[in-house]
Amino acid sequence: MSVLVYLENWDGKFKKVSHELLSYGKSLADKMGVSMFALSLGAVDSNELESLKAFGPEKIFIATNGFETLDNEVFAAAISQAAEKEDASMVVFSQDNVGNALAGHVAVKLKAGLVSAVSALPVSFDPFIIKKKIYTNKVYGHVKVNTDKKVLSLSKNTYEIIENPGAGEVEELSLDLPVAKTKVESVDKVTGKLLLTDAELVVSAGRGLKGPENWGMIEELAQVLGAATGCSRPVSDEGWRPHTEHVGQTGKIIAPNLYLAIGISGAIQHVGGISNSKCIVAINKDPDAPIFEVADYGIVGDAFKVVPELINELKKA
Amino acid sequence: MNILVCVSNVPDTTTKVKFNGTQLVTEGVQWIVNPWDELAITRALELKESGAGVDKITIATVGLVGVEPTMRKGLAMGADDAIRVDSDPKDAFYTASQLAEVVKAGNYDLIMTGFESADYNGISVGAMLSELMGYASVGAVSAVNIIDGKLQIDREIDGGKEVLSVETPLVVSVQKGIAIDPRIPAMRGIMMARRKPLKVLAPVDADVYTEIVEIELPKAKSAVKLFDAEDVAGLVDALRNEANVI
Ligand SMILES: Cc1cc2nc3c(=O)[nH]c(=O)nc-3n(C[C@H](O)[C@H](O)[C@H](O)COP(=O)(O)OP(=O)(O)OC[C@H]3O[C@@H](n4cnc5c(N)ncnc54)[C@H](O)[C@@H]3O)c2cc1C
Ligand SMILES: Nc1ncnc2c1ncn2[C@@H]1O[C@H](COP(=O)(O)O)[C@@H](O)[C@H]1O
Repeated sequence: MSVLVYLENWDGKFKKVSHELLSYGKSLADKMGVSMFALSLGAVDSNELESLKAFGPEKIFIATNGFETLDNEVFAAAISQAAEKEDASMVVFSQDNVGNALAGHVAVKLKAGLVSAVSALPVSFDPFIIKKKIYTNKVYGHVKVNTDKKVLSLSKNTYEIIENPGAGEVEELSLDLPVAKTKVESVDKVTGKLLLTDAELVVSAGRGLKGPENWGMIEELAQVLGAATGCSRPVSDEGWRPHTEHVGQTGKIIAPNLYLAIGISGAIQHVGGISNSKCIVAINKDPDAPIFEVADYGIVGDAFKVVPELINELKKA
Repeated sequence: MNILVCVSNVPDTTTKVKFNGTQLVTEGVQWIVNPWDELAITRALELKESGAGVDKITIATVGLVGVEPTMRKGLAMGADDAIRVDSDPKDAFYTASQLAEVVKAGNYDLIMTGFESADYNGISVGAMLSELMGYASVGAVSAVNIIDGKLQIDREIDGGKEVLSVETPLVVSVQKGIAIDPRIPAMRGIMMARRKPLKVLAPVDADVYTEIVEIELPKAKSAVKLFDAEDVAGLVDALRNEANVI
C-alpha cells in the first residue's frame, strides 16, 4: 500500500500547490503507516525535481516523453500504471482544470471512489470518511468511500505546507501508453500575469463600480498589494472584464488568504466561490449588503473615496 | 452530428438548503437545469441553428420521475428529445455508468457535460463517462465550434487557452464562456416541449462507490468588524497585524 501524488508541472516548473499536495499526501501516508510516492509527467528541470524532496516523497517517478499535450487518456493511463506499480491505495490530484479532467478517468480505471475538492485530512480511515463542501459550499457532506482504493482532489491553498524531507530518489518509468486523440492546433496565453487561481491575495470588484472605465483604481490597488484581480458575474457578462476573472459558483472558486470585495453585493452564488477564503474584506456603500454577513472586516462607504485612500495607506509603509 | 447533453436537476442556487439527516428537505425548493448544463444546451442549440451540421440534440438525466419538469425545460429551450434513466443518481460512478448505457444505445458524436453538478459538486461524471466509454475527453472547455464539419474545442489553461482538434466521439466538460446567456424558453417552445419524446429507461446494475453519511453545517461566522470610512488606516492595520494576510 502507498499514497501516490500526481504533480502537474507548468512549462517544466512546479507551483506552490505541488508542495501543498505533497504535504497532504505525506500526512495521509503517515497516518496510514505507508510511503508516499510522487509522479511527474513531461519534461521538468532536474533541480525542480530535487526541490520536491523536502516534502517527503520516498520516490519521485517521472516519465518524460509523450506528454507534450494534455490528452486525458494518455495521462490517465500513465497515472494508473504508476499507481498499480506501487500498489497505491490513495491517489491525490490537485483540484484544478487538469486534476478535474484526470481524476474521474483514473478513479474508473482503479475502481476507486472519488472525492473531489477536499480541504482536510479524512475524518476517519476505517471506515474511510472525508469531508467536502456540497450544495455550492453551503454545507459539508461527510463522504464515505466504500472502495479499497480512493482518489482525492485537494483544493488549492487549503492545506498547510509541511517540510518533511524524504529520500526522493528519481526513477524513470517505462509505460504503455495509448495513442493520443487530442491535438493542439494553437495556444493563446499570457505569461507573467498573476493568475486568479494561484493568487493568495485577490482584489475583486462588482457592478458598484459602474463601468469598465473605473477599473484603474482596482488594478492599482491589486498592484500595490501584489494581488490578482477578480470580478462578479454581471461584470464579466457585460464584458467590462474578461470571463477568466469571474468569481463565484459558476466562475472561479477560490480560497485566497485575502479576498477584497469592492462594490459587490454578496449574492449567494458569488459567496459560493469565496467562502473558503481565509479573510474576506468588503467595501460597500450599503450597510445591509449581504457581503457583510460573510466578511471578516468591512467599511461601509463609497468605493470611489475608500479605494484611493486604501491605495495611499498601503503605499505608506 | 448528434449531440447528447447530460443534464442534472439541481435546487435553484439561491435555495437555503435544509436537511433531514442526509436528505435534502425538498419542500419549497425550486428545481432548475444545472447552470453549466443549461449553457451546454444553449451552445448546442446555437450550433444547430447556425447550420454547422448538427442534426439532433438529445438530453439525458439520471433521476426519478420528479426530474421530468426540469427535462421539459431543456426540451422547451429547444432540445429535440430526452432520455431519463429511472433511478436516483446514487453517486458519480453510478450515474456515469447509467449515462454510459444511454450513450451506447444511441449514436452521438459529441457528449456534453457540465463542470459540476450544483448539488453534490462531484466534478466527476464527465471524465468517468468518457473513461467508461473509452472516448476522448476534454475538461475546462470554454468554446465548442464546428468548422468544416469538424469539432474545434477551446480548453482553458493557466493564463489563456488552447485550441484543440479532437477525434469523435468525444466527451466535453464545459464551463463559463461556452455560451453567455442561457436560452430562455419561449412560449412556443414550452408548448412544443409537451409533445416532444421523453423516453424512460430502466437503470442497469452498477456499483455505488461513495455515499454521504452526514451533513455538517459550517461554523457560524463571527460578526464582521467594521471600520469607519475615514479610518482606512485602521483596516490596513488589522489586515497587517491581526489577520496577518498582507
Ligand atoms: C444560476 C446563477 C449563477 C450565478 N453565478 C454567479 C457567480 O458565479 N458569480 C457572481 O458573482 N454572480 C453569480 N450570479 C449572479 C448573482 O446572483 C448576482 O446577480 C451578482 O453576483 C451581483 O453582482 P454584483 O454584486 O456585482 O452587483 P449588484 O448586486 O448590483 O451589487 C452591486 C453592489 O455595489 C454596491 N455599490 C454601488 N455603488 C457603490 C459605491 N459607489 N461604492 C461601494 N459600493 C457600491 C451596492 O450597494 C451593491 O451592493 C449567478 C446567478 C444565477 C442565477
Ligand atoms: N443525474 C445526472 N443525470 C445526468 N447528468 C448528470 C447527472 N449528474 C451529473 N451529470 C452531468 O455531469 C456533470 C458534472 O456533475 P458532477 O460530476 O455530479 O459534479 C453535470 O454538469 C451533468 O452534465
